[in-house]
Amino acid sequence: MEKRVVFRNNVLPYLLVAPQVIITLVFFIWPASQALWWSFLREDAFGTKSAFVWFENFADLFASAEYLNSFRVTLIFSSAVAGVGFSVALLLAVMADRALRSATVYKTLIIWPYAVAPVVAGVLWFFLFNPTVGMVAFFIKKAGVNWNHTLNGTQAMTLVIIAAAWREISYNFLFFLAGLQAIPHAFIEAAAIDGAGPWKRFWTIVFPLLSPTMFFLIVVNIVYAFFDTFGVIHAITRGGPNYATNILVYKVFNDGFINLDLGGSAAQSVILMIVVITLTVVQFRFIERKVNY
Amino acid sequence: MKQSRNLWMALAAVVILMMPALALAAPVTVNWWHAHGGALGEKVNAICDGFNKSQNQYQVVPSYKGNYSDTMNAGIAAFRAKNPPHILQVFEVGTATMMAAKGAIKPVYQVMKESGLPFNPGAYLPTVTGYYTTLDGKMLSMPFNSSTPVLYYNKDIFKKAGLDPEKPPTTWPALAEIAKKLVAAGVCQAGFSSAWNGWIHIENLSAWHNVPIGTKANGFGGLDASYTFNGPVQVRHIQQLADWQKDKVFVYGGRTNAGNAKFSSGEVAMYTESSAGYAGFKKTCQFDFGTAMLPYWPEVKGAPQNTIIGGASLWVLQGHKAADYKGVAAFFNYLSKPEVMADWHQATGYLPITLAAYELTKKQGFYEKNPGTETSLKQMTLHKPTENSKGLRFGDHAKTRDIMDNEFEAIFAGKKTAKQGLDDAVKAGNELLRKFQKANK
Amino acid sequence: MVAHRPFQTFVTHGILILGALVLAFPIYVTFVASTHTIEEVTKSFPLLPGSHLVENYLRALTVGPRDVGATVGTMMLNSLIMALGITFGKISISLLAAFAIVYFRFRLRNVFFWMIFITLMLPIEVRILPTYKVAADLKLLDSYSGLIFPLIASATATFLFRQFFMTVPDELCEAHRIDGGGPMRFFFDILLPMSRTSIAALFVILFIYGWNQYLWPLLITSDQKYYTLLIGIKRMLDVGEGQAEWPIIMASTILAMLPPVLVVIFMQKQFVRGMTETEK
Repeated sequence: MEKRVVFRNNVLPYLLVAPQVIITLVFFIWPASQALWWSFLREDAFGTKSAFVWFENFADLFASAEYLNSFRVTLIFSSAVAGVGFSVALLLAVMADRALRSATVYKTLIIWPYAVAPVVAGVLWFFLFNPTVGMVAFFIKKAGVNWNHTLNGTQAMTLVIIAAAWREISYNFLFFLAGLQAIPHAFIEAAAIDGAGPWKRFWTIVFPLLSPTMFFLIVVNIVYAFFDTFGVIHAITRGGPNYATNILVYKVFNDGFINLDLGGSAAQSVILMIVVITLTVVQFRFIERKVNY
Repeated sequence: MKQSRNLWMALAAVVILMMPALALAAPVTVNWWHAHGGALGEKVNAICDGFNKSQNQYQVVPSYKGNYSDTMNAGIAAFRAKNPPHILQVFEVGTATMMAAKGAIKPVYQVMKESGLPFNPGAYLPTVTGYYTTLDGKMLSMPFNSSTPVLYYNKDIFKKAGLDPEKPPTTWPALAEIAKKLVAAGVCQAGFSSAWNGWIHIENLSAWHNVPIGTKANGFGGLDASYTFNGPVQVRHIQQLADWQKDKVFVYGGRTNAGNAKFSSGEVAMYTESSAGYAGFKKTCQFDFGTAMLPYWPEVKGAPQNTIIGGASLWVLQGHKAADYKGVAAFFNYLSKPEVMADWHQATGYLPITLAAYELTKKQGFYEKNPGTETSLKQMTLHKPTENSKGLRFGDHAKTRDIMDNEFEAIFAGKKTAKQGLDDAVKAGNELLRKFQKANK
Repeated sequence: MVAHRPFQTFVTHGILILGALVLAFPIYVTFVASTHTIEEVTKSFPLLPGSHLVENYLRALTVGPRDVGATVGTMMLNSLIMALGITFGKISISLLAAFAIVYFRFRLRNVFFWMIFITLMLPIEVRILPTYKVAADLKLLDSYSGLIFPLIASATATFLFRQFFMTVPDELCEAHRIDGGGPMRFFFDILLPMSRTSIAALFVILFIYGWNQYLWPLLITSDQKYYTLLIGIKRMLDVGEGQAEWPIIMASTILAMLPPVLVVIFMQKQFVRGMTETEK
């Protein structure tokens, strides 16, 4: 995608990008390259002793069952969060779009969670599902389910997915609704006159027109599921029980900050960066081309 | 020429006039990063206020930096960025990491010696300072808040089931008996639960039964030590806990002290938790509760021995001026005063760090007025500590605690036997120790 | 007219009501918990507001956070400064950068493009220790600049402005050039007014992003003067061996939720319009 009409100037564009480029260099490229450097070192916590160990930190990681497990857990977690966030939000948005006059009322109710910080969201859900004092846990137990996410890995995973998707539903909802309301009603009515049912109308007209929104949301949701959910995990499970919710970004934090293994943590950061950069490039190169503008 | 002389005179006059003001206005600032929020944080602030008002040369500024890990990380990050606080509070499992960082810390014995202030390591409780002292008796950090795990029990529930509320169980089999009776009587949902499982049911269990958790005198003897907490005593105990879940004798309460609500809500009748949890339970429990020493297995020879501490100590970091360290020393001196320490002990449930503070508390009649508060001290000082009950010193032990938590969860969920789980934990822990050893050569 | 059958209307509203209930439930419980005593909260499960509302909120505002070392007022002000700083900083640098990248051809354009967009995917959590070191070297610890600048280094806004600029009809630019107008005139007179709604939408997104930051402020502030409200809440939760004071924490949580919620609710219209225009 390139503009046909452009301005010509030899200095101005550099000045314009300068602030962002400088900020990016100072607070992003420079620290990131330091992380890269650290990933080849073995240091004590205070950095008073340090040795260059080549790829030992990386080798250690890939030899560790815990790390490979973390990849698997992240995959399950991220796809579930994005999946739940996407589908529920889309369903609600389609409904709200149909509700016409009362749409604003519902919208006002539904967007609240978006304003809640992930770490606070984690605290709230932890509070609700706490096996001892939690209200929801109490009712689930009454219904005959033995709820104890501190021991049951599947339950713990379910809980963090709900807590993480909760906030994302609101966010996606806003965008989907905005996208839906922008679709001219004439399109849909024309299709209705042609005899297309609501289901068909949705998939043939509405869905393709939403694709730019989708593209943006896919990017944002992946970033969210990968990184911002840190607060949720930290507040609810701390990666447990028995590593069941130990997602990559939590492990980076835990190994770097709690366990003070700087080299190992930096190596994990580097791997994460590579994964994420690959994803970005793939998205820009392939998905964007297929999207309808 | 004359003009410039006048200028100099004026300047000199100003400087001389301002000097007392400067001395008054700018005492040496000593930064203390600590991990006490809430009511404990208020107490910390009060102690600093007390010190700041007691003299005018130094000003201790306490900053709450979050939980123990947050605080330690903030300190390390600040040191790496060449902007460290003077005093950093570090939890006990960080001790080996701090000790190994020779270029980053200034040992307390040295700080005190350079200041010329009186300092007698013998004035402190040996079971506490042992944790923070080298084998040749040099005190490296200043003990501040130390605690030890005890058994809390709900007297009201005991009474409801017709049991004597003044007779808590002393052994694990006795505890199981009582638990079964209580559950059968329908007065609670499960017998007992626990906070800090690794600390209580591995580390303290081992000390209490006089078995090691690692080689080389639990790591005191050098960086080449290994974990051995998969021995018969530990495996048997953990397997028993797992099996007890079926009879509702035991229920897992989660990591850290997340299970406290199980006790305060009456879901369980007994609970093992730090002695420093006393103040919190006093506030939240709507029933009468007592404390007792940790139960033990009677068939293990040498049990009960004595328990070990948890909590944190104060480390002095490098990178400041000599005058600043004098301030640190003066503050430590103030902290060690019997009245200050006794007040801290009585308000928080942490152990009194000095013998004098213990004596003072006794004399004030505190233990009679608050029955149960002396349990922890009695338990700590039951016998002269052995190699197995002095404490432990393993690198990256915080991570090993994390590994223990994960393995406990596998064991209690029935995915592994206690033997498998503890073997795996020891294996993973030893890998960490070797890594730590290499990094600190 | 698309057919509206009563059954369909029933299903529509049914799903919406259910969705709204489930989504709002945790917040409702938070509010309820903030109006009871700690015993009531942890013992029974109150479903209706209690009688301690005024007491708890007053305590949260005055006494409670005193343990933290800063009043809720100060912390809210700091959160506000940080959130607004991040919002305006990001919007201004990204407008300029997106303008340059879309409307100019210059050497290194692709390099800059990728350099900026890679940051989109790598939030500060991943490189937090080295970033801390940079901030310390630049003497940014315990300062508003330190709270704001490192968080501006992300490309969400640049990404969206680029998307929006791509959709601006080329004819506008052409006409402007035929009239002999320079690029900056085009930027200020035509592009900026056209972007008004996108800017409003981004304001909402970035304000919430900024307001909800917590790992970074936690790390770089040691002076209570610079604490943000979220740090305050985290501090109240981290009681170590003590007991978390749920009602007070919940009251502070509700207070922390208010500004972003108000922003979202009051700017809904602009937000929605901004997003739809950007996305087409």
